[in-house]
Order: sequence, then structure tokens, then C-alpha cells
Amino acid sequence: MATTTEDAGPPGPAGGDPMRPAPFRVARRVVETHDVFTLWLEPVGGPGGFSSQPGQFDMLYAFGAGEVPVSLSGPPGPVKQVVHTIRAVGPVTQSLQRLKRGDVVGLRGPFGSAWPVSLAEGSDVVLVAGGIGLAPLRPALYHVLSQRERYGRIVLLYGARTPRDILFAREIETWRGRFDADVEVVVDRAAPGWHGLVGVVTTLVPRAHFDPHNAVAFVCGPELMMTFTVRALAHHGVVPARTWVSLERNMKCAVGFCGHCQLGPTFICRDGPVYRWDRVAPLLGVREL
Amino acid sequence: MPETAVETGVECAIEVADLDPLLGALRERGFTVMGPLLRDGAVIYDEVRSSADLPAGWTDRQEPGSYRLQRSDSPRLFDFTVGPSSWKRFLHPPALRLWQAHREDGGFQVVDVEPPPPRLAFLAVRACEIHAIAVQDRVLLGGPHVDPAYRARRAGLFVVAVQCTRAGATCFCASMKTGPRAGAGYDLALTEVLEAGRHWFRVEVGSERGAEVLAAVPHRAVRPGESAAAERALAGVAEQMGRTMETAGLPALLRRSPEHPRWSEVANRCLACGNCTMVCPTCFCTTVEDTGDLAGRTAERVRRWDSCFSAEFSYIHGGSVRPSIRARYRQWLTHKLSTWHDQFGESGCVGCGRCITWCPAGIDLTEEVRALQASKRRKEDRRADA
Repeated sequence: MATTTEDAGPPGPAGGDPMRPAPFRVARRVVETHDVFTLWLEPVGGPGGFSSQPGQFDMLYAFGAGEVPVSLSGPPGPVKQVVHTIRAVGPVTQSLQRLKRGDVVGLRGPFGSAWPVSLAEGSDVVLVAGGIGLAPLRPALYHVLSQRERYGRIVLLYGARTPRDILFAREIETWRGRFDADVEVVVDRAAPGWHGLVGVVTTLVPRAHFDPHNAVAFVCGPELMMTFTVRALAHHGVVPARTWVSLERNMKCAVGFCGHCQLGPTFICRDGPVYRWDRVAPLLGVREL
Repeated sequence: MPETAVETGVECAIEVADLDPLLGALRERGFTVMGPLLRDGAVIYDEVRSSADLPAGWTDRQEPGSYRLQRSDSPRLFDFTVGPSSWKRFLHPPALRLWQAHREDGGFQVVDVEPPPPRLAFLAVRACEIHAIAVQDRVLLGGPHVDPAYRARRAGLFVVAVQCTRAGATCFCASMKTGPRAGAGYDLALTEVLEAGRHWFRVEVGSERGAEVLAAVPHRAVRPGESAAAERALAGVAEQMGRTMETAGLPALLRRSPEHPRWSEVANRCLACGNCTMVCPTCFCTTVEDTGDLAGRTAERVRRWDSCFSAEFSYIHGGSVRPSIRARYRQWLTHKLSTWHDQFGESGCVGCGRCITWCPAGIDLTEEVRALQASKRRKEDRRADA
């Protein structure tokens, strides 16, 4: 099976040995929600020339605790600080959560395929995020907003569990205030003080302002959410061949050696995490593949 | 005895007594020689210091779930087939410290701790195993990233093949087109001949390095009739194999069969022990273990062989992607025989039969494949009848 692989270039700061992390210092740390935080990381020993494409991921190492794959959530392209937004769900991400400014982590990357932002030029761009899935989509949003004239309408549809799980709330308000982007947020369960929409993110698709016949959709969230979102998009007229998703599997190496992230014929670390929907839909349709 | 000009593609002969000079010539060139030894009731691979270490007079009997060594009346040195070891344990070690990290200046530094690996020479590599090494080459060296640990061990490897003069009951390399005859991928290839009371080796030279090493060992030209004697020793090996597998259309059949009832049936017998993946010469999956000392000063990362038969293998937050043994067996078999083609352009199975012999439940992948193929055929027959 053919898969989309955008050339990600050399394996980032680790250079020759792809399994060897490079030390990065925490320059800034922000608590986003009760279990999500963002780290800004700078290479120890001066600028390391870090550059990524939207949708790619790094392997982050917490000293002595272990390593996890985490999507980049900051601006794509060359940067001085590498940005990761992380949900603390296991021992390693909890260790990362305890880091303070000045602490050092190990970083390998960037790895994997990217949201095809060049291919989307001239089209409306619909980003649909579920939960922490907003983090891997944010670099794509930064890109299309920074190259605003190259794109048609820009729509962000974002579903969170509850109002207190909403990521990047202040930034969402800024995006919402722009006249050249539409942002809709919905929560599964409301709470006192919530005046917004309640429901699942798929319900936002039919009411969003974009031309489904000239749109490209990037979808990221839990697998079930992505399946239903793609279905809603298709029902609305966005063909599956113009829809991309980002997948998650266990990863140990990120370079195609460890075998953990296989999904049928593909390695998610190498051929993904971003896939064109019609190329992975048959695989996702098989239980426990 | 007159020596003959040694070059690639030439056939020579050496006597049994000249094996030790061959080992010596390899050691003089800085090689550590790994070869077959008797240990724990099996022929395994480890360092060979002299020909006396080789399992002379031993042979093996293999069946699904069964491996037995037997005394033979013959002085043959290589009268067995493959055991539980494979050469991957030297090229892609079962456990390897990738690095250590030391805290300093508020950060940490990552340093190498493993000494550089020895230069390796393998003695008695079978045709299927030469192909298995080539399969792992494509996984660990052939992609956009290269595994430096594998590259360091693989570079400069010297291969002394042994042509199989018998096949086991779980062998099926002829079906996988990886043997029984080693045609390339070696520096020297030995054919053991014991005929009319004479015990000697035909030596095929496969590389310039092989020629250079053989030139340093007492050797001679093959005499009239000796080539024919060596060919007689190899005759009939393919027909002796106890297993076969029909590979035509197999990748596509497996792609179409993820919901076949046979997966549930085999899952009832499979213990998910992972033995098949440990003995397999091409299985490459690994995990990493990150540990730290109690003082929090030093940490290290160890890479270990892993198996797609464990529930942890596919664990992500929320649970395992493949909680059932059915899904794990399907992953293993489908990867070997179908998706490996998509990923690396060839089969991941070389037909060595280790997974059959060393399965404690005696699960035989050739039988599982036949079951999947049979129901396909039944369907086609019904269509033809209609």
C-alpha cells in the first residue's frame, strides 16, 4: 500500500545516532489545564538549528523515567524554542509535568509525516480537533494563518470534554476575534458558566462556513472521533481523499526499527503519523490491527 | 601438496585437519569466530576456539514442539540443521546498552558505554540464515535511518557458509527460495563430504576476502571426481524437507483474511509466549528500558528484543491495541508473510522452521497458511460449481 510521506529531512538534533537524545533546557512552562501543560525547550549549548513541519513529533526523554512520542505544538519551520503540549497520563508524562524552568530533557526528532499544508493552498482549510488533538493541529493553523493569502476560508472546529479541558483558551479567543477565520468550540459536558455549545464535534461540521467541494480537512483526536468526523465531513461533501488524520500507536524508536507502531503495512513513526484518510481507513476498520 | 590459485568463484578442497588452520587464519586477521557448539542439549552458536568445539558426531531430530540431539555413528562436524540460536544474537543483540546519561551542571550528558564490538566471523552459516541476515540488513540498514549498533557489528562480517547435506522435518527453505544451496552472501562456503572413508570439505570462494583467507590455509585443487562427490552430498536435500509452503498469492490472501475464523482457532492453541519471535532469525522488534540509579545521578537506556505476542507491545494510553491473542498471532503471521512485502519488498520468512520446532504448543505456520488457503480454495470451488 502506498502511503503519503512528506520528506522530513535528517533526524534532527541527534545527528548520526537516531537513538541518542540531545539535551534541551526548559525555557518556559505553562499550565494549560488540570492535566495538560506546555514546555518551551531550548537546545543546551546554544541554538541547534531545530526545524519541523506541522504535524511532526519528537521523542521526549525524562531523565531516568523514559521516553514518549509527543507532537510539536508550536510554530513550524526554523525555531529557537521547540514547543510541546503534553497531557500527563503516564509515568513519563507525569515526570515531564514536574519539570521546572531550567531543567533538562532529552529530545530526538523531529520525526514523521506532516499535514500537507502546501497541497492545501488555494483551498478552504478545515481543522477538526478532539481533546489533546488540538496540539498537533496548532502548527498547521499557525502556518495557514501566517500565509493567510494562500488559503481560502480557515475553519477550526474543536471539541473538548468539559469547559475546564479547553486548551489554549486565550489563543482561541484571539483566533475567534479574527475576521478571516471561523472558530467553533463544543464541549461534551457543560458546567456552570458555560454558554457555548454542548455535544460532539461532528455536529459542528454541517454548520461551519466553508465550501466542502473545495476544502481540505485535517482531523486529529481519538480514533473513534476521527472516524465519525470523517464520516460527517464526507456527508457534507468533503471527499476522503482530501481528508488527513493523525494516528497514535506505541512507539519506542521513532525510526522504523522497533516494530511497535505498525498498522498493517505501515509504520506510523515513518509513514505517519499524518495519513490521507482513504489510505488508512481500511486498516482502521479492522479490529485490533 | 600443490596449492592452487585462489580467487572468487573458484572451488578448492581442504582436509578436516585444515579447519583449525582456517580458524587460526581468521583469528590472525582479528576476527572472533562464532560457530556451532553443544550446550544445554542443543546446538547453539557461540565462540568457537578450535574444531574440537564443534558438535562432531551429533545430529538433531526436529518436529513441531520437539528438538532432540542424537549421537550419530559418523564423524561429521555439521550433520545437524538450525538450532534455537540464530546469528541475529550477535548482529542485533538480545540486550544492548544504548547509552548512559550522567547529571552535570543542572543538565545531563549522554555518553556511550558499550565497548566497540569485535570483528565477527560466523562459521557454519546455512543458506536460510544468509538470507535472514540480508532481511535484517534491509530493516536496520536499508531505510532512511540506520541502526549504528547493527552497522558496527555487520560491517566487515566474515561468513563461512556450510552447505546443508541434510534437511530437518521442520525445514522449508526450498519453498521460500532461500535454500538449501547457498549461492551468494558468503566469503567461503564449505560442503562436508564423507565418502569411501575420506572426510574432507569442498570450499567455494565467494569473495576476495575469502580467497585471501583460504590462501593462508593448506588447501588444494579439487581432484577429478571430487566435485561430483560434493554434489552427491547435496543431492536430495530439498526433497528431504518435512515442510512446504505455497507462497504464490499469499501476501494478497493474508491481506484479504483479517477476519478468517482460523485466527480464533489458532489463538486457542497459542500461549503467546513469544518463543517463535525469539528464535526467528528475522524478527527485529525491540523495546527500550530506561532506568536510573537511586541517587538520580546516572540513567541508562537498554534495548531488548521484544515480541508482538505480549500485551504491552501495543500498549498506548487507554489500553493495548491488540488485547486478544488472536490479533497478536494474526499480526505476527501477516507481518512475516504479507506486510513485510509492503514494507521491505520481500518475505520476512526464510523457511528455517525454528518457530515450528520451538513452539511449545507445536503450532506450525505452514499448517496455518494451508488452512487459510484451503478455505479460499473451497470458496473458489463453490463458485466454480455454481
